[in-house]
Amino acid sequence: MTFEIVEADNLYNTILDARDNKGFTLLLDITAVDNLTRKSKAPSRFELIYILRHAEFKDIKTIKVYVKDENIGVTSISKLFKSASWAEREVYDQYGINFIDHPMLKRILNHEEFIGHPLRKDYDIRDAHYCTKAQDMMDELKPALDAKNLDMDEDDLMVVNIGPSHPATHGTIRSLAALDGEKIVAGVSEIGYLHRGFEKSCENHTYNQIIPYTDRLNYCSALMNNIAFSKTVEDMLGVTLPERGVFIRVILSELSRAIDHLVCLAAGLLDMGGQTNYWYFFNPRNDAYDFLSKLTGARLTNSFMRIGGMTHDLYDGWQDDLEDVLKKIDYGISESKKMIEHNRIFNDRLQDISPVSAEDAISYGWSGPNLRASGVAYDLRFAKPYDFYDSFDFDMVVGSVGDTYDRMMVRLEEINQSMRIIKQASKELPNGNICVDDRSIILPPKSCVYGSIEGMMNQFMLTIDGVKVPTGEYYGAYEAANGELGFYIVSDGSGTPYKVKVRPPSFYHMASYPEIIQDYQVADAILTLGSLNIIAGEMDR
Amino acid sequence: MDLSNTHLLDEAVVTTKLDAVVNWGREASLWPFVFGTACCAIEFMATAASRYDISRFGSEVLRFSPRHADLLVVAGTVSHKQAPILKQIYDQMPEPKWVIAMGACASTGGFYDNYTTLQGIDEIVPVDVYVAGCPPRPEALIDAVLDIQRKLKREKSFSVKHTDYKGKLDDV
Ligand code: SF4
Repeated sequence: MTFEIVEADNLYNTILDARDNKGFTLLLDITAVDNLTRKSKAPSRFELIYILRHAEFKDIKTIKVYVKDENIGVTSISKLFKSASWAEREVYDQYGINFIDHPMLKRILNHEEFIGHPLRKDYDIRDAHYCTKAQDMMDELKPALDAKNLDMDEDDLMVVNIGPSHPATHGTIRSLAALDGEKIVAGVSEIGYLHRGFEKSCENHTYNQIIPYTDRLNYCSALMNNIAFSKTVEDMLGVTLPERGVFIRVILSELSRAIDHLVCLAAGLLDMGGQTNYWYFFNPRNDAYDFLSKLTGARLTNSFMRIGGMTHDLYDGWQDDLEDVLKKIDYGISESKKMIEHNRIFNDRLQDISPVSAEDAISYGWSGPNLRASGVAYDLRFAKPYDFYDSFDFDMVVGSVGDTYDRMMVRLEEINQSMRIIKQASKELPNGNICVDDRSIILPPKSCVYGSIEGMMNQFMLTIDGVKVPTGEYYGAYEAANGELGFYIVSDGSGTPYKVKVRPPSFYHMASYPEIIQDYQVADAILTLGSLNIIAGEMDR
Repeated sequence: MDLSNTHLLDEAVVTTKLDAVVNWGREASLWPFVFGTACCAIEFMATAASRYDISRFGSEVLRFSPRHADLLVVAGTVSHKQAPILKQIYDQMPEPKWVIAMGACASTGGFYDNYTTLQGIDEIVPVDVYVAGCPPRPEALIDAVLDIQRKLKREKSFSVKHTDYKGKLDDV
């Protein structure tokens, strides 16, 4: 991976130039690396990494800045990209690097009573701090009100707090909305309630040990995270799976996309009072679970992938089971569609609610179905086809208005498209191996382990040391159910990554939420949140 | 009424203990509050959906206000940031109340042995039943509900439980 190395003073202008003159309009992620214990010498302890994507979605640009003094830091680019504000806050929280002119530089994932910056290499992973109370968030709401020239007392506003433990927030999200009557005039969101230290945990586990952790990022489609992570590491190793392995991954990945969307729609419609739809959407998901547990041994957290392949091949009779699942999903969505398609309540409550323009969506750093709903035809499976996606016949689903209705309907139709892919892939599934044939990556067969000393040593070394990944830095992107799921991995040549950063689609969707719910009612905001499909595990990591 | 005259009422009256009657009623009408934070909450959804159908055991009246609930199901990882919220919710529930720690995370912190996660919710609130699994299958959660039912039958119906429990966030 090549970086453009920039001086801290020139950073702002370089990124401005990249955005305006070179077409890199989508800021994917900002992260940092602490070089304290790195084998290769670096000019400074901290370095910042900016990852941008081109307006045509094929190319990415990575910019690196060596931070001379983390207390001074670099200029914030939150004026250039709406997505930068939260991304910079996270870097500040995790690494303690300052961003000059940032409008609200405070912790985001860790709580306010936390001391230190956990992703620094000299921070002990188990050094926890108790939190005794939730913050009141008025420090963030006040500026949001000031910006609109509003005053709590003079304008007779009321603040409602929603979450973090509220059924409508689907997990652990907290939002504060200032209301004028029923209308939301300003809002702020607080995240981090499900921050589970994924990135720090990665730094002391081998690559294969990280796979169970990836399950729990977007737990509605665990297999997809497995695949995205394994694929990134395989790219670093320079290996590709045999065709059969790739096809199986495609099948499982698309099935995961379908069931992820099913949960989103089930929960979204439940919020609206459409409980019958919940059964129709959730039951086929249960059937998919049956298939997955037969295959992987687990319903939800499958951990089925390995670096360089997967644990085992499909079982005998899988095809019938899978076909049955597809039939049930098809039945579920067609029945549900009958109930909602011409349903006045459904249409009135969703259409023209919180529309997001294509331009805004890009600036927010959106991706996946939410971005496509806003009319932007960006899907990594089309923009940069991997895993033979260019050989399957399926359509990209794109919305027009970008409202809550579009976001839900894009997902509904994507289930159909995923099923099309699954059908083609299962029909054309080639024979052969499922894993790469390389004993430095894949464990030897058990007969070798128990039958020869070499086999046993091989197993032992791979398990204890992990798969050795060549020194380097790499960003791998994958079209997951919620959008571009990226892994930025720094390797120092050992079996444990030096650093892993997830580029979580939900994080950026959530960052935009307080803005897009403005001028709508609380009841609308609940549905908007449902339509964004925020998965806290992936957002907070 | 004089107990010696009960024969006058034929079989219309059964004499029993108050605890037994109250607990018999409670057993089949537990109202759960689901503190769902992570992956385990998805399995809770499955438990509530029609395939596993928690209502077969009288626990389907999910309440989203702690003040209406008597069974707290903590489904998912509870981080330190989340801990005061959990405590507040537990405190808002009226007695008698029971707590299920669903999954490895709620029970022990699971494999999140790091700076973010509470190493078991029993650091904050007293737990009645722990459910193993990551996530537990719906059957395991139903079994935990049945455990609570068995447990509450043995309890005094009007006593306040866990008076000697002291959590990490009590009195701070
Ligand atoms: S126990 Fe496992 S499945 Fe449950 S919340 Fe924790 S990590 Fe997720």
